[in-house]
Amino acid sequence: MAEKIATREAYGSALAEFGAKYNIIVFDADLAEATKTIKFKKVFPDRFFDCGIAESNMLGVAAGAAAAGMIPFVSSFAMFAAGRAFEQIRNSVAYPQLNVKIGATHAGITVGEDGATHQCLEDLALMRTIPGMVVLNPADAVEARAAVEAAILHDGPVYMRFGRAAVPVLFDAATYSFQIGRGVTLAEGADVTIAATGIMVEQALIARELLKNEGIDARVINCATIKPIDRDLLITAAKETGCIVTAEEHNIIGGFGSAVAEVISESCPVPVLRVGTEDVFGRSGKVPPLLEMYGLTAANIVAKAKASIALKK
Amino acid sequence: MDSAKTRELKRIAANIRLGIVEEVFHAASGHPGGSLSVADVITYLYFCEMKTDVNHPAWEDRDRFVLSKGHTCPALYAALAEKGFFPKEDLKTFRHINSYLQGHPDRKYIPGIDMSSGSLGQGISAACGMALAAKLQNKDYRVYTVLGDGESQEGQVWEAAMFAAHYKLDNLCAVLDFNGLQIDGRITDVMNPTPLDSKFEAFGWNVICINGHDFNEIEQAFAKARQTKSKPTLILSSTTKGKGVSFMEDQVGWHGKAPNADEYAQAVQELNAYIAAL
Repeated sequence: MAEKIATREAYGSALAEFGAKYNIIVFDADLAEATKTIKFKKVFPDRFFDCGIAESNMLGVAAGAAAAGMIPFVSSFAMFAAGRAFEQIRNSVAYPQLNVKIGATHAGITVGEDGATHQCLEDLALMRTIPGMVVLNPADAVEARAAVEAAILHDGPVYMRFGRAAVPVLFDAATYSFQIGRGVTLAEGADVTIAATGIMVEQALIARELLKNEGIDARVINCATIKPIDRDLLITAAKETGCIVTAEEHNIIGGFGSAVAEVISESCPVPVLRVGTEDVFGRSGKVPPLLEMYGLTAANIVAKAKASIALKK
Repeated sequence: MDSAKTRELKRIAANIRLGIVEEVFHAASGHPGGSLSVADVITYLYFCEMKTDVNHPAWEDRDRFVLSKGHTCPALYAALAEKGFFPKEDLKTFRHINSYLQGHPDRKYIPGIDMSSGSLGQGISAACGMALAAKLQNKDYRVYTVLGDGESQEGQVWEAAMFAAHYKLDNLCAVLDFNGLQIDGRITDVMNPTPLDSKFEAFGWNVICINGHDFNEIEQAFAKARQTKSKPTLILSSTTKGKGVSFMEDQVGWHGKAPNADEYAQAVQELNAYIAAL
């Protein structure tokens, strides 16, 4: 059994680690214990600023600090960062092209017991519609750490999506390399491509094994960058496998699946089926039954993979 | 302030008002009322108060300015042009398709603009971030922002007010241009935000109330703000919307309307007569 670490834990650890190497400052909105920015605060208390429960102002303050040459990180739950402060992100951060890094935790259904009001299933859609915004959705702790450093080195606004629940470590820290805008083929395959992002990458790898038992050879692609999406990798996969299943912990409307469908429909039309929450709100519950209830499972990916193969011309 | 200096500032402010009228007339759109009301404060900021360098707009030790009530950028653009950040002739391109003078301030392409703004309530937060950055960088530049009175209905203004007091941003000075009117009518009729002086005081600010068309009072207020330690300052600046153009004064209809050719000619004539009489 692989070690399990929540990507928010890796985010907090990365801020504390990279705080020594880069002159970053961190803002939070009364959620430092939950977003794990507390780890940065403990090491660099003079560069940490709690904004209280006032996300709109926090994004504006970060924009101003960036305009004065700082590299600010802001953190809250995805619901309140991408959701409540959407317009501040659009008008105060992205339109002026300011160097603000948004670390949004508790994204998706895996918030669990807190329920629908806190389970953000719309943030990828919201963030990727903003011109110039880089949108990252790491799959595990190793990728989360790398995404944080890539965000620091990128000049411009970045949205990073992290989860609450502990998830298996998929990648080897010693050999892993991360590049904004680049997807990675984790396993080759010829019959269907499973393009996954975030915690659904693990399910995609499980689905590949299940499909193999049925004689289906599935390719698995990890897209940690939602925007700019890796067009070349996806188009090549579409050409070589003839159909694609996307998997994300997000509404199937507007998010990663939509981004893939946009690329494929314009450049290499093949069937694209989407796994994600199907235009519904979440609910309270423990994480495993929630994932089951909303179809965020390897079994659902398998079903969609077979359906997509059946749609091939 | 001696009378010669007052006269000079009045002349500059009148030229800025002429620039405002030029901009909105040639754009056939824009917001003259609130631009004219804030023109004297903008004049004092750019010609007396703030450290700026027209040859190096991005000079890192400059004082910063954020026009939180961004729709009144005709006043700011006219001041920047008067100061020499860009040619005055360009004011006629305001809001035109190929112009860099956008309908609301855009920091990316307009020399001298420190922050994009226009969505109300957001500029004051950015100003807080700049003031905090100055402290972190051990810089002594000051940060100025101008808010509208209607803008104070935005909740974010009060989030920012809390933040500025909590972090003791005494290098931040906000001016609230209290002209009493917003798009839908008198602010006290639309959604009464008053009293604003005691509200800001309750939020932990140093508050100074002035007549925003009196350069002596403006000068004294900014001087007091600079001397105030451990608190941000709010200058509650009572003004007349449309100030300087008789038929626009205190008229709600001139919030966001451009003058026609006759009105433009009359406005220019009035402002030129004012300058001639100085």
